[in-house]
Amino acid sequence: MSLPADGPREPTSPGPASHGSAVTVRGLVKRYGTTTALDGVDLDVPAASVVALLGPNGAGKTTTVEICTGFRRADAGEVRVLGIDPAGAPDALRARIGVMPQGGGAYPGVRAAEMLRLVATCSAHPLDVDELIEVLGLGSCARTPYKRLSGGQQQRLALACAVVGRPELVFLDEPTAGMDPQARRLVWELVESLRRDGVAVLLTTHLMEEAEALADDVVIVDHGRVVAHGSPAELTTTGDSQELRFRARAGMDVTELAAALPTGYQAAEPAAGRYVVQGRIDPPVLSAVTSWCAAQGALADDVRITRRSLEDVFLDLTGRELRS
Amino acid sequence: MTASAPVPGRFAPGTFSPRPGRGGLGRMLAAQSALELKLALRNGEQVLLTLLIPIVLLVGLTLVGVIDLPEPRVNAVFASVLALAVMSTAFTGQAIAFGFDRRYGVVRRLAATALPRWLLVAGRLVAVLGTVVVQVVVLGLIALALGWRPDGGVATALLLVLLGCAAFGGLGLLLGGTLRAEIVLALANVVWFVLLLGGGIVVPLATLPSGLAAVAALLPSGALAEGLRIALAGADGSLLQPVLVLVAWAVVGGVAAARLVRLT
Repeated sequence: MSLPADGPREPTSPGPASHGSAVTVRGLVKRYGTTTALDGVDLDVPAASVVALLGPNGAGKTTTVEICTGFRRADAGEVRVLGIDPAGAPDALRARIGVMPQGGGAYPGVRAAEMLRLVATCSAHPLDVDELIEVLGLGSCARTPYKRLSGGQQQRLALACAVVGRPELVFLDEPTAGMDPQARRLVWELVESLRRDGVAVLLTTHLMEEAEALADDVVIVDHGRVVAHGSPAELTTTGDSQELRFRARAGMDVTELAAALPTGYQAAEPAAGRYVVQGRIDPPVLSAVTSWCAAQGALADDVRITRRSLEDVFLDLTGRELRS
Repeated sequence: MTASAPVPGRFAPGTFSPRPGRGGLGRMLAAQSALELKLALRNGEQVLLTLLIPIVLLVGLTLVGVIDLPEPRVNAVFASVLALAVMSTAFTGQAIAFGFDRRYGVVRRLAATALPRWLLVAGRLVAVLGTVVVQVVVLGLIALALGWRPDGGVATALLLVLLGCAAFGGLGLLLGGTLRAEIVLALANVVWFVLLLGGGIVVPLATLPSGLAAVAALLPSGALAEGLRIALAGADGSLLQPVLVLVAWAVVGGVAAARLVRLT
């Protein structure tokens, strides 16, 4: 798509937030009865950057977004969104931001273009509604009532509603939930384009792949606390974050293998004939592993060095048991 | 950002360059209420409730003498059916629509835009008034065809219709904005049916058992229908009590709705 609905674009003057932080959150606390949903969360979204709030269900992601968009009031802590206190001046804030609430939202009987046109009317300089409908692949279901759209189609409409008003800052609460891989790709492209055009984005997700692909910064939350934050690269390369996997004859003594390596390295045989060595994998270590195999009369085959994924980091931090 | 990220192709550079700002208040109000009115007139169940049932009753009760009414019957029936139309739209229809709108997240969706909250409520009320205008015109034309002749009571009747919208509208928002959609659907229909028969709408207060009539006179249904019968059909009685009852319900319903309605 090309131009906004109201003709050629003027150069936009950078607002106050363009230089600093789009979102600043310090010591955010929120309780529901006896449950503490947020327990001192700090969060920064620099201007024109994408920050992913990553965490399991119930970690406090949605509550954080709802406080930042003025839908809930914090019990303690400081929140500034584009320099505005969301609880104090929600109307002033919402004229400058775009929000995709979890699960979207529309009249049950409304058609996609009708809904998007209404949301566009709420903004002074909206994008062209018909073009946005087409580019998001909603043209084919333009006459279908909202309640009969698929989950992915509803999500795309919700996304369109979040960006149609040309906001400075966009909140996306689980933007790709229920989408097929093609639609997810489209959303990723859109988020990428938002950042390119100078829009800051705070998105929540429990998909590591999504956070890793999109975000400049990832904030991992669990039980209402920030358990880690940094760029995807920082999060995945700290500590013993690499591993070496190879195949060889089953049943070799992994304790002996570990002993052949410098201290701190771990070796294991998670499945018969498949070995994994964890630690910083450098040429001497690789050489030591293959030599040790040769000494056992085995050939180390299918040798791969992998970076620890964000998923591994996430599961290490938040535990592996299922959450209800 | 990882180096393997897709190169944006679908969205030309500058597409999303920020240019925020709130839309015009008048345009927002017009767009929201026009859309809600359109949705109400497109929804089969809503049309059944707001137009078809009142039309059937207007024609049927005028032509068939199941209820004892003074002649010309059309005057009294038209008054009753106008009261029913207002209750159907402002109370039952609105409560159900609001309940399901909340379920589908539209209230929150719109609250997340630059649309101020008061405008959100105003838009709903304007849409309700728009539906009532359609009802008054359609039912009025049919009543004319059945022999109703307007007189000086019409202006009073229109004022009563507005008061009825306020009384039922506040209660409709209260019901639709506080309970789960399915419960709203059930309750709004049951209340509609009970008030239709026992609340002074089709059966005039004078014909109801006296205990029930005393209660019905204090309900918005009885007050609105009786007021309209006084204005349009020359029924005996003062308009003072119906007006006071409607104003009281409008205040109670409005204040309670403002305090208790939840967006989600």
